Amino acid sequence: MNDRILEISLTVNGARVQERVEARKTLVDFLREDLALTGSHVGCEHGVCGACTVRVNGEIVRGCLMLAVQCDGAAVDTIEGLSDSGEVSDLQAAFEQRNALQCGYCTPGMITAAQDLLKRTKKVPSRDQIREHLSGNYCRCTGYHAIVDAVEAVAQARGGAKK
Amino acid sequence: MKPAPFAYKKVRTLKEAVTLLAKHKDNARLLAGGQSLIATLNMRLSAPSLLIDINGIKGLDGIAKKGKFVEVGALARHAQLERSDVIARYAPLIALAIPHIGHAAIRNRGSFGGSIAFADPAAELPACLLAMGGEVDIASAKGKRKVKADAFFKGLFETALRPNEIVTAVRVPVADKNTRVGFAELARRHGDYAIVGLAASARTNGKGLADVRLAYFGVGDTPIRVKKAEAALVDDNVDAAVNALDLDPHDDVQATAKVKRHLAGVLLRRVAAQLLEARP
Repeated sequence: MNDRILEISLTVNGARVQERVEARKTLVDFLREDLALTGSHVGCEHGVCGACTVRVNGEIVRGCLMLAVQCDGAAVDTIEGLSDSGEVSDLQAAFEQRNALQCGYCTPGMITAAQDLLKRTKKVPSRDQIREHLSGNYCRCTGYHAIVDAVEAVAQARGGAKK
Repeated sequence: MKPAPFAYKKVRTLKEAVTLLAKHKDNARLLAGGQSLIATLNMRLSAPSLLIDINGIKGLDGIAKKGKFVEVGALARHAQLERSDVIARYAPLIALAIPHIGHAAIRNRGSFGGSIAFADPAAELPACLLAMGGEVDIASAKGKRKVKADAFFKGLFETALRPNEIVTAVRVPVADKNTRVGFAELARRHGDYAIVGLAASARTNGKGLADVRLAYFGVGDTPIRVKKAEAALVDDNVDAAVNALDLDPHDDVQATAKVKRHLAGVLLRRVAAQLLEARP
């Protein structure tokens, strides 16, 4: 049987995509190599670092712990989509203002995970809640203080109510 | 690293899944949440020839109170359990444990059945199942069977599951006003695998605790009950319970056996306080 290569069709950042992919290809490799969406990064490849965080059907997932073939029929959002739509522009500005990034490798995952928290919580989250929600995203340059500052500032500015 | 090549089949029914399993047995792996499986594929610790994706099977992700049990479908995600009123009310030990499992992105995908079937010795849910005295529903092409938690976890990543079998649901007794639960875990980073963890359930009869079940994780090949300590807690003697701990952990990358034994005692005191706290 040749079930090693399959055809999938999905939505990525609002655009229809149809591709043939190897079953063994992870979602993040598919996004980067087949669709040239290189904003999602590949760090540890076993679910620890969070650099590959993307949204599938509205929920954040590890892009390295899902196969592309599993996303047949799904709606995938990457940092490129979140960025172009303006959904995370305030988070991006706050990260820049507060030096919440240095090399930037973790930043797409951080922003995607932070946006997930801010979308989900009705009240302004506490610093502990922010840290907990970002606990699955490693930063190896700046430390987390400025990142938490940036997310907290945006949460307060949004009044905790924005979608 | 990248996974070795494999074939992929998304099934729509349980029957399809068990038929494929019966044919391919150990050469096939079931793909549920994939939060452990895909990591092991990426690291080439596992190289099956076929992945059977069960995520398309309808009706395997229910969470419901059924008589004296709470039944959780194998595909129920940790995030679903985290938000479930049924779990909060009738299976509070699970509610205590879920926030310790991985991170938000992991909890969105990881499944209850997958965690039980994978049986990582440092995972939370196998220990919870053991502490609650739950049971596991299993299906194969030949039929169905149930296995009690006490008989399910056999060894390191080894369970009572045969190669042709699939976990379909997990059942735990409904908590009532006399149920007491406790949970504590020590990890280097929130959401990482435990250095040591402890899940506990008991019943109170107004005078003291009864039916104490203490299940440690991260200190052996399986989740482990400590029956001498359980008996000491029934006698209300926390010091004796700590002294009666007979765990035999191995050194691992996180801590030495000596440190783990010490921490097991620390956790027992914390969990005993939780069990005794709300006692009338």
